[in-house]
Amino acid sequence: MAQVRENKGARKAIVAVVLIIFTIIYMIPLFYIVNTSFRPWADIREYPPKLIYQPSVAAFIRIFTARAVYPPGQAPTEQELKDMSTIERIVYKETNERIVRTGDLPRRYLNSLIICVLSTMITILLGTTAAYGFSRFPVKGKDDWMFFILSTRMLPPVIVGIPVFLMFRNVGLNDSHLGLILLYVAFNVSFAVWVLKGFIDEIPREYEDAALVDGYSRFQAFRKIVLPQSVTGIAATAVFVFIFAWNEYAFAFMLTRNTAQTVPAWLPYQMGVLGFDWGAAAAGTTLFLIPPMVLTILLRNHLVRGISFGAVRK
Amino acid sequence: MVKKFGDFTAVKELDLTIHDGEFLVLLGPSGCGKTTTLRCISGLEIPTSGSIILDGVDVTDRRASQRDIAFVFQLYALYPHLTAYKNIAFPLKAQHVPKEEMDKEVDRVVKMLRIEHILDRKPKHLSGGDMQRVALGRALVRHPKVFLLDEPIGTLDAAFREEMRTELKALHVDINATSVYVTHDQEEAMSMGDRIAVMNAGVLQQIGEPHEVYANPVNLFVARFIGSPGMNLLACKPETGENGQLGLRMRGNNELLELPGTLQQLLKEKVERDHSLVLGVRPEDTTVHTAEQEHSLAAEVYVTEKMGSYHIVDLSYGEEIVRARTSAYVDMEIGQNVRMSFDMGRVRFFDSESGQSIMN
Ligand SMILES: Nc1ncnc2c1ncn2[C@@H]1O[C@H](COP(=O)(O)OP(=O)(O)O)[C@@H](O)[C@H]1O
Ligand SMILES: [Mg+2]
Repeated sequence: MAQVRENKGARKAIVAVVLIIFTIIYMIPLFYIVNTSFRPWADIREYPPKLIYQPSVAAFIRIFTARAVYPPGQAPTEQELKDMSTIERIVYKETNERIVRTGDLPRRYLNSLIICVLSTMITILLGTTAAYGFSRFPVKGKDDWMFFILSTRMLPPVIVGIPVFLMFRNVGLNDSHLGLILLYVAFNVSFAVWVLKGFIDEIPREYEDAALVDGYSRFQAFRKIVLPQSVTGIAATAVFVFIFAWNEYAFAFMLTRNTAQTVPAWLPYQMGVLGFDWGAAAAGTTLFLIPPMVLTILLRNHLVRGISFGAVRK
Repeated sequence: MVKKFGDFTAVKELDLTIHDGEFLVLLGPSGCGKTTTLRCISGLEIPTSGSIILDGVDVTDRRASQRDIAFVFQLYALYPHLTAYKNIAFPLKAQHVPKEEMDKEVDRVVKMLRIEHILDRKPKHLSGGDMQRVALGRALVRHPKVFLLDEPIGTLDAAFREEMRTELKALHVDINATSVYVTHDQEEAMSMGDRIAVMNAGVLQQIGEPHEVYANPVNLFVARFIGSPGMNLLACKPETGENGQLGLRMRGNNELLELPGTLQQLLKEKVERDHSLVLGVRPEDTTVHTAEQEHSLAAEVYVTEKMGSYHIVDLSYGEEIVRARTSAYVDMEIGQNVRMSFDMGRVRFFDSESGQSIMN
């Protein structure tokens, strides 16, 4: 008996150690990026890197702005320096630059937010209703439909990218918000239907039957009974769908240039454009991490339940 | 009505009239189509053919929500995300009943069911009995035309089931609403029903008052299914004895059982000569004698089950087993040779081929 318990304790300890090691390995790049984004300009390319430094937000300012270098001999006067805003002073002190206008990031960031939030909402709306239909009604050729829906996910984006590009050009959807939203919805709905159908299948039909005899219509029963009980599944699905859209690079790269360009499509360019301003790139990446992180933290309870629930089912 | 699922017929040509204010029990073994019948009445299933008439109006094409029927489901189906109060008020919400009136109505059923103290709890924090009461409350709150109850106390433990049975019956007496109550427990059916409808394999076997179904089952299925233990069924054949009287040649020990004149008359009228019959007799109409007895058959004690206030003695009679209910003060030994006799006024005869009673 004691032997068994000891073994169990030992196994637990090993599992914990392994998990900690994995977590650290996974966190290294993340830590590196966040760390780099706060380094002052002069420190970034120093090798070996300084362990202790004065953190600076200059990199964040740089990623948000377009700037020009003060020509030699035209340094700002004492008075001008005094009149500068804090932001301007930070930039000047670190890189001897003057802020010209707002940069490209805010626009890209907004694009990403608009496209991802809207496409996630539409995906969840379509996915939930479709999953409900597949779960509850005798749809003809249900299994074939379900497979067909899934099969839309089997092609890598790079392969469908060019045909989609040509089609989008014909209907004027290139470099438009609507185009990317439609595409992400089309791509994500399959995943959403599959996952949500699993969740809805688990909700006993008797609840809806009860609502039907209690005087509610089918749709009301769906809204008042099925929806509240599938929040967990919906939340988990929404996080996955959002993160997919947020990270999506291939389509965004091929289909957007300007108006609707998203952060992942834009960020890589900046490394060259900024003259290898790693600080700014790291700052952009750090900012880029925030929305999925916030979403995940907000929905973490649902998420853990949702994922483990999915795992328990065959 | 008829209800098929694909090729499978779950309910076969059911023709059932339920009276106003009646407590009808739908009784049958698991899988015989009881739930399907209720679902058709409620509008959750559409019958494959036939029609459902409620208060003289054909409601076959109406949706469940438009039928004004309350359904208490087998596992209660309480909405898990709503409190007991909200569960009970849920049907009223559908009708947009104003808040004060809703509170009043909920209060009424809550008082009736004595569940004031659990109104804030969600279903997962309720005991089986309380869930049951909340489910009843949800049905009672809106004065429906009909109550449908699908094995509502089947999952409760035995002692509590008894209590709920009484409570449900009292409730029905109070509100006097037309109710259809489904159960597979014949005892429950006997004790609760104004009338009992016995179903088997999708077919309605017999409908009648409990004592009628008990005393005069229309076929062998009902005879076996009703009663605990069910009716004793003995294979036999009418035969004219040496004295010229009609008797029964029992297959068990091949003895000739003498019959009273009324039964002789009946068999003469209803049965062709040499036709195999099944004699049915209730355990309580079977008497065991340790001494010689007229009109009796020889049997051997097989087992005695002590039920407390009475004993059930299993007698082996040839290949057959006959159960007799005896007083708790009678002691019998296993293997003891005894005589058994039947209350001839209460025996029933069935056609051994069709299984139908020949008494009607
Ligand atoms: N939706 C359905 N699809 C197919 N078969 C069903 C369906 N509902 C019930 N059945 C079948 O119909 C028969 C009767 O079921 P049911 O009415 O639930 O029986 P009971 O309530 O008497 O136990 C069962 O054999 C069951 O398998
Ligand atoms: Mg059932």
